[in-house]
Amino acid sequence: MYTFNELKKAAKKDMSGYPVYRLAVVGDCATQHISQAFKGYAHCEGIALEVLDTDYDQILAQITDASSEIYSFGPDALCIIMCSEKLYDAFTRTAEEQRGEFAEKKASEISSLWECFKRHRSGAKLIQFNFPELDDRVMGNYGGIYSGSFIYQQRLLNMKLSELASECAGVSILDASYVQNMMGRNSFCDSKLYYSAKMPFSLSAIPALACELTGIVKAAMAKMVKCVVLDLDNTLWGGVIGDDGVDGIEIGELGTGHAYAAFQEWLKELTKTGIILAVCSKNDEGKAKEPFISHPEMVLRLEDFAIFVANWEDKASNIRYIAKTLNLGLDSFVFIDDNPFEREQVRAMIPQITVPEMPEDPAEYVGYLRSCDLFERLVVSEADKDRTRQYREEAGRAVLKAHYEDYDDYLKDLDMEAVAAAFDEFHYPRIAQLSQRSNQFNLRTVRLSEEEVRDLALSDEHLTLYFSLKDRFGDHGLISAVILKISGDEGFIVNWFMSCRVLKRGMEEFIINTLVERAYKKGIKKIRAEYKRSAKNNMVSGIYDKMGFTALSDDEETKEYILNISGYTPQKTHIKESLA
Amino acid sequence: MSREEILKKVNDIFHDVFDDEDIVVTEETTAEDVEDWDSLMHITLISEIESEFGFKFKMKDVVGMANVGEMLDIIEESMA
Repeated sequence: MYTFNELKKAAKKDMSGYPVYRLAVVGDCATQHISQAFKGYAHCEGIALEVLDTDYDQILAQITDASSEIYSFGPDALCIIMCSEKLYDAFTRTAEEQRGEFAEKKASEISSLWECFKRHRSGAKLIQFNFPELDDRVMGNYGGIYSGSFIYQQRLLNMKLSELASECAGVSILDASYVQNMMGRNSFCDSKLYYSAKMPFSLSAIPALACELTGIVKAAMAKMVKCVVLDLDNTLWGGVIGDDGVDGIEIGELGTGHAYAAFQEWLKELTKTGIILAVCSKNDEGKAKEPFISHPEMVLRLEDFAIFVANWEDKASNIRYIAKTLNLGLDSFVFIDDNPFEREQVRAMIPQITVPEMPEDPAEYVGYLRSCDLFERLVVSEADKDRTRQYREEAGRAVLKAHYEDYDDYLKDLDMEAVAAAFDEFHYPRIAQLSQRSNQFNLRTVRLSEEEVRDLALSDEHLTLYFSLKDRFGDHGLISAVILKISGDEGFIVNWFMSCRVLKRGMEEFIINTLVERAYKKGIKKIRAEYKRSAKNNMVSGIYDKMGFTALSDDEETKEYILNISGYTPQKTHIKESLA
Repeated sequence: MSREEILKKVNDIFHDVFDDEDIVVTEETTAEDVEDWDSLMHITLISEIESEFGFKFKMKDVVGMANVGEMLDIIEESMA
C-alpha cells in the first residue's frame, strides 16, 4: 500500500495523455487530505483524475443548489463522505423516543440527496461512503441488541444504504466500514486529528480508502478484470503433480491441503460473478488434468475453466495464446503463480497484465488476494453467472471449425438463431454492462449507465434494439445493442456495440438487416452512422463500408456514413430470427 | 539518540513532506519560515513524525507547538 506522502507526490504527476475522469468531493468533515490521496492513487493507476474538493460541511448546499461549484465543475462522479462522528452527534441530539427510527430517517435523507444529484446531473456516478462502526459502549455488549443504541442504528443504517444503493442505478457504496475492520479502529482514526482538524481518518487509513475509490472509478471506466490465469503446482494444490501423483498432492480438509481448498473455493466464487478462469501450467496436459478429474477433494473441476493450457512453453507466450483464444485484452488479465521467477518473466513480457506478488505461505493466499481488491465491479448480471460456460462453448466451436474446409458450411451447421427486440427492463443491467465492457466492437464508444439505458428505452425519439444469439452449442445471451435516434424520416446510429465473442458469424449482417427493416417500418428513409476512433476500436473502422453504407467523409478520427433504405440489399447471413 | 540526530531526522521528514530538499530547519524555525507550511501540511508532518519516531503527539501539542525546538522537546520526552 502506498503511503500518504507517496500519494501526495503522485498527485503532482503530469498525466497528459491518460484518460481523464472528473470527481467532485463533498463531506461533512475535512476532506483536503483524502482528496489529494484520491488524485494520487488514481494517477498511480493510470487515470488522470481531476478532483474538485469542496469546503467543509457543504453537502446539502452543494447538492441541492443547481448553480453550485460541483455542477459547474461537471463531474463524472460525486463522492459523498459522511463521518461516523457527525452521525453520532446527530444521534445524541435525537430525542430518545425517536432513536429507534434514526437509521430509517437518515437513510431516506441520504437517498433524497442521491435523487437530487441525479436530477441535476443525470448519468453521473455517485460514490457514497458508508459509516465505519463507532460504538460508544455506554451499555457494553447490550448495545448490539438494543434498537435505541447508536451502534444498533448505525449498523442498520449501513445495511439500509446498501439496500437503497442496490435499487438506485449509478450509486456505489464505498465500504469505509470494511476498511476500518481490516485496519482496526485505532489505526483507522486519530482522535486528535478529528477534534483539532475535523479529520475522521488517520493518514494511514487514507491510502486504503483511496484504493477503494480508485477501484470503483476504474470499474466505472470499464477497466475491469475479466480473466484469472492460474498456475497449478503449489498454487492450486500443494506439491508437484508430475512427481507426487494424484494421491500425493495436498488438497482437501486435512493439513495444509485445507489452505489450497479454501483458495479454490474463493476462485469458484469468482466464477459466479462472471470472472473466467484459465490454467497455464508447465506440465504434461494429461497429468495436469488428472486431479480435476479424479481427486475427490478438489473444489475446482475442468468445467470451471474456460481454457486449460499445460505444456512446456514459456508462460508469457501461453498467456498471449489464452488471451487470443478467448478474445480478451491482456489488460483485463490477472496471473497467479507461486513462483517469483515466473511472475517476473510474465511481468516483463506482458506489462499490461496484473501479477499479484503472492505470499510464500499458502495460508495467506486468500487473505492477500482479498486485500488486493482486484475485482471491483458495478453490477453482476444474469449473463455473468455462467460466463465460463459461454467461453468453454466457444472453445468447442473452435474445435468444430477445424473440421470444416469451408467457413460458410460451418456457419450453416451452427444452427444459429437470434432474438432482436427493443430494450426492456429485464435487460437494462446487461445492456449497460455491455456498453461499458465493449471496447473493440464499439462504434462511438458511448458508455451508458443503467439509467441512461432506461431513458433511451422509454424515449419516443429512439429506436432501440438488443440482440441475443444461440447456436447448437449453447446460448450466448445478449451480445449486442443498437440505438437509433430518429428525427423525421432520418435515423442516426448513436451507438452500436457488440461482444467480440460472436464476431464473424454473420451477426453483424443480421443486426444491420434487422435495423434497416425495423427502421423502414417506422417510416425512416435514410440511416446516418458514424465511426469514432478510440484507442481500441480499430477492428470496426470499416464495418459500415462492409455493410453497404456510403462514406461521406473519411477523416482518420471520425467517418460519417449514410444509407438509403430504398437502395439496400439485405446482407447474407445464416442466422434466423426467433422470438424473444 | 542525540538532539542533533533527532533534528537531522526531522529535517529529512521536512524534505519528504514538503518535497523540497533545500529546506534547512533549526530549533527556531516556525511555520512562518517554511513556504507551504499550512494547517494541512502540519497534519501531514505530525503524522509522519509520529510514524517515524513511534509515538503519538497529544492534541495540545498539535495546536500548541511554537517552533521546531518545541517539537524536538516533545520527541525527546517521548524517548525518555
